Amino acid sequence: MLEPRTVVVVGHGMVGHRFVESLRRRDTEGAWRVVVLAEESRPAYDRVALSSYVGEATEDDLALADDEFHADGLVELHLDDPAVAVDRSARRVTTRRGRAVDYDELVLATGSVPFVPPVPGHDLDGVFVYRTLDDLDGLRAAAETATADAGAGRRSGVVVGGGLLGLEAANALRQLGLSPHVVEMAPRLMPVQVDDAGGALLYRLVSDLGLRVHTGVSTSSIARDHRGGLTVTLSDGTELDASVVVFSAGIRPADALAREIGLDVGERGGVLVDERCRTTDEHVWAIGEVAAVRGRTYGLVAPGYAMAEVVAGRLAGDDAEARFTEADLSTKLKLLGVDVASFGDAHATTAGALEVRLDDPVTGTYSKLVVSDDARTLLGGVLVGDASNYETLRGFLGAELPGDPMSLIAPAGEGAVGVGIDALPDGAQICSCNAVTKGALVDAIASGEATTVPQLKACTRAGTTCGSCVPTLGKVLASCGVEVSKALCEHFAQSRAELYEIVLATGLATFSEILAAYGTGHGCDVCKPAVASMLATLAGGHVLDGESATLQDTNDHALANMQRNGTYSVVPRLPGGEVTGEGLIAIGEVARDFGLYTKITGGQRIDMFGARLDDLPRIWKRLVDAGFESGHAYGKALRTVKSCVGTDWCRYGVQDSVGLAVALELRYRGLRSPHKLKSGVSGCARECAEARSKDFGIIATEHGWNLYVGGNGGFTPRHAELLASDLDTGTLVRTIDRYLMFYVRTADRLQRTAPWIESLEGGIDHLREVVIEDSLGICASLDEQMARHVRSYADEWAAVLDDPDKLARFTSFVNAPGTPDPTIEFVDHLGRRVPAGMKEGQPTDLGSLGFDTTPAPTRIAGPTIPVGAPA
Amino acid sequence: MTTYADVRHHPDGSTDGAEAKDPRPEPTAPVTPPATDGWTRICPLERLTPERGVCALVGGEPVAVFRTRDDELYALHNLDPFSGASVLSRGIVGDLGGTPVVASPLYKQHFALDSGVALEDDSVAVATYPVRVVDGVVEIGSA
Ligand SMILES: Cc1cc2nc3c(=O)[nH]c(=O)nc-3n(C[C@H](O)[C@H](O)[C@H](O)COP(=O)(O)OP(=O)(O)OC[C@H]3O[C@@H](n4cnc5c(N)ncnc54)[C@H](O)[C@@H]3O)c2cc1C
Ligand code: SF4
Repeated sequence: MLEPRTVVVVGHGMVGHRFVESLRRRDTEGAWRVVVLAEESRPAYDRVALSSYVGEATEDDLALADDEFHADGLVELHLDDPAVAVDRSARRVTTRRGRAVDYDELVLATGSVPFVPPVPGHDLDGVFVYRTLDDLDGLRAAAETATADAGAGRRSGVVVGGGLLGLEAANALRQLGLSPHVVEMAPRLMPVQVDDAGGALLYRLVSDLGLRVHTGVSTSSIARDHRGGLTVTLSDGTELDASVVVFSAGIRPADALAREIGLDVGERGGVLVDERCRTTDEHVWAIGEVAAVRGRTYGLVAPGYAMAEVVAGRLAGDDAEARFTEADLSTKLKLLGVDVASFGDAHATTAGALEVRLDDPVTGTYSKLVVSDDARTLLGGVLVGDASNYETLRGFLGAELPGDPMSLIAPAGEGAVGVGIDALPDGAQICSCNAVTKGALVDAIASGEATTVPQLKACTRAGTTCGSCVPTLGKVLASCGVEVSKALCEHFAQSRAELYEIVLATGLATFSEILAAYGTGHGCDVCKPAVASMLATLAGGHVLDGESATLQDTNDHALANMQRNGTYSVVPRLPGGEVTGEGLIAIGEVARDFGLYTKITGGQRIDMFGARLDDLPRIWKRLVDAGFESGHAYGKALRTVKSCVGTDWCRYGVQDSVGLAVALELRYRGLRSPHKLKSGVSGCARECAEARSKDFGIIATEHGWNLYVGGNGGFTPRHAELLASDLDTGTLVRTIDRYLMFYVRTADRLQRTAPWIESLEGGIDHLREVVIEDSLGICASLDEQMARHVRSYADEWAAVLDDPDKLARFTSFVNAPGTPDPTIEFVDHLGRRVPAGMKEGQPTDLGSLGFDTTPAPTRIAGPTIPVGAPA
Repeated sequence: MTTYADVRHHPDGSTDGAEAKDPRPEPTAPVTPPATDGWTRICPLERLTPERGVCALVGGEPVAVFRTRDDELYALHNLDPFSGASVLSRGIVGDLGGTPVVASPLYKQHFALDSGVALEDDSVAVATYPVRVVDGVVEIGSA
């Protein structure tokens, strides 16, 4: 028998160990002697199950090498003795302890090292990474010290990184008795594995379980505080107190040795190998996380194992042609009891890939399948909340599906309502106002009755009430293979954005001219207000000037909001939500004198309901005289900039949130846009103004302002995403100017900022490039348009009061101007003055349900109930 | 000091609190301008902006009167059957598939100006009225 040849394996991690096992199993002749050089002080263990070490599992439970391995005479394992040098020409490895080993073949399996961003304080005591058993021993000791000293009141831990490992680490902290915060730079958790919707559900589920999640922010610094704990400062100014900090911000291939010995490395690190896992030196191989197979590294164990098998097969000669071609990037884990799984092409990057989704907020489950363009082949998927189908589904990867993809993720029985149209069962209600099911819509489309959204509305009545399902109707048409035209309406074949560009380029200033040149027919309630809005931005002038008046929706036409009985509500502007005592009195007197029902709005204003069309001028005369101006509550325009009191009053405030809110509201008031625009400014990260639920929200930081965009409440609530951070006021305002003008220019009709950003190719990153880096070279023109808007602003109501022609529109009857509309009737409903004809609904009068509703004693009674007087 | 009882609580079954705050006179019986031989004079033609409506009182009923771009006149009952509110005169005028229409300002159904029929549901229609111009004055006949 020949003298065995020597293969040296650098690294005894999961993949290195698998290689040794595999080679020894394949090499029945004993042709190879294996020398393993290990940096860690223990033999290979199951790193994937690392987290169980903080719980029940012991070191022995996790060990991968069995007795047979240790007894194997052809395997030599040197612990705690990493390889430090390689002489490739002499084929000799040297270790830190000075051991020199000659090899015939060298296998690098050095894995990865956790990436620690160079933030100030990253090297303090109490800061950990999460990779080895030693790391966990250290973390456990620190946690024990912290929890023993509970009097210090610091029992939190901060995990930097909200990916798979970060969440595992957070879970470990929880098990160690600390309450975990997770800080993730991306806008969602597990950005690599799950999509936005899955991330949103995951966020909710883990938040419910006590994890405090901060997405869209990064870590700025870590500092030791005076009580011996750590203070972690986030990019939005938030300060978190922590006993320990764990970095889980990604990994980098441990390719230092390879670089030193001159092997080629990939663009993003990792030892460059071909499909044979061979490096540029034919006697050196690389496998596992350190290997960059044709430039690509893999952070999961399964691809690493596959590489180990390839090299073992080649060296043993029993599979001399083995190649590493494809990797299964599936992951499944259970975190804090929440199942999360993703597999295959989870982000639908394959050309033409379709997504089928089932999102059930009630049961807290989200499933998405990615299928090929003919919906027959499964390409990948994401499961959150319930991953019980994971194995079955993975089994179908790349294979033809047995049936409708939906049937694979739909829970048994009825009642599943998903957001993806394909995912919806026929019985699902699309239009809940008119109880129109998907089946009814599909039938109307299949019978040829409807091939457009308006036809679908006409023949099924879907979307004719509140209108919020209209976009879904388009998707139903699309899912039935009917191509949805981007045409604004039957009068214009162009989309809103195209028409805007035309108006911008041609300078046409009236609807008639635009219609004559680019449209057909007379126009309708879709194109008229849309064009009116463009003209308001591009040509200026009063909305009721000349022909413009005929284009306006009733709300814009009456400069007030029509309510269900044909009366209007009136909202004066209160910039930033500020109002003086005098102002309140003036509003109060108007409300009293005109019999208006008043209510505080969510946007920090006062809404007065029940005004007759013919009363509006008199109401506004009083308001204008008292110094108020139109609040544009009726327009697709800027509504409010809500604010907290900030540094004026609040002990936490770090910037003047009221001042900024007032300035922004005055700057953008009257700006007409594809849909309403709302904003908010918070004076610190506590976010009392709920700025992140706004189309543009600003949150003060120590250094300036963070700008968030694309938030909204309403039918599909969305949190705004961070566009830019720590801006000075000038840069902030310039960025908002451009963001708003770019939105006005390119959004679809009635498209709010969130779906608009989503519809941009490249999403928020693209937006950032356009408005901050000026990638399209349009910033100068956006700036110019905003400057023009600001210069030309004038109060719409004051202008109406000055113009008899405009005032003449506000009459009840053209032939009997003094006669109030007799159809308007109010009734008392539980003490509220409301229009007659309330819809039947759930009772809200608790007294009628047998609850005790005796009013609390009135303090006005004085003598019998002393208030604040000493007894 | 304002209390809950002051603002919101009215004695059982009464709406006095709300009504007392309404300064307007009780709606008087409609003052309809006199009808001549079944036609009611509304206003001079120039008072009607093309592509917009006005509301007139005809025999005690609210009637929406529209003048379109090509100078046709139409009159429909002003009550929107879908909302029950008297608002059709305040809708946007236009055409759909060549039919002149007004869109209800509340729920946006379209009513054909010539027939009063709702495009979204042809079982629903509003009454139409004859319109004519005499000596530059718009007049509406009975339904
Ligand atoms: C907490 C946690 C959970 C995970 N969960 C999953 C999961 O659910 N699914 C999944 O697929 N993957 C998971 N992973 C990733 C998985 O553990 C890795 O993909 C896998 O361990 C990679 O194996 P490897 O051998 O390439 O690297 P490693 O296991 O990291 O082994 C590399 C070894 O080489 C040693 N070494 C480095 N340099 C030298 C040197 N110069 N000389 C000698 N030795 C050296 C290192 O000390 C280390 O022991 C998880 C990882 C962690 C940390
Ligand atoms: S956000 Fe809240 S805590 Fe922060 S400054 Fe404003 S009011 Fe104060």
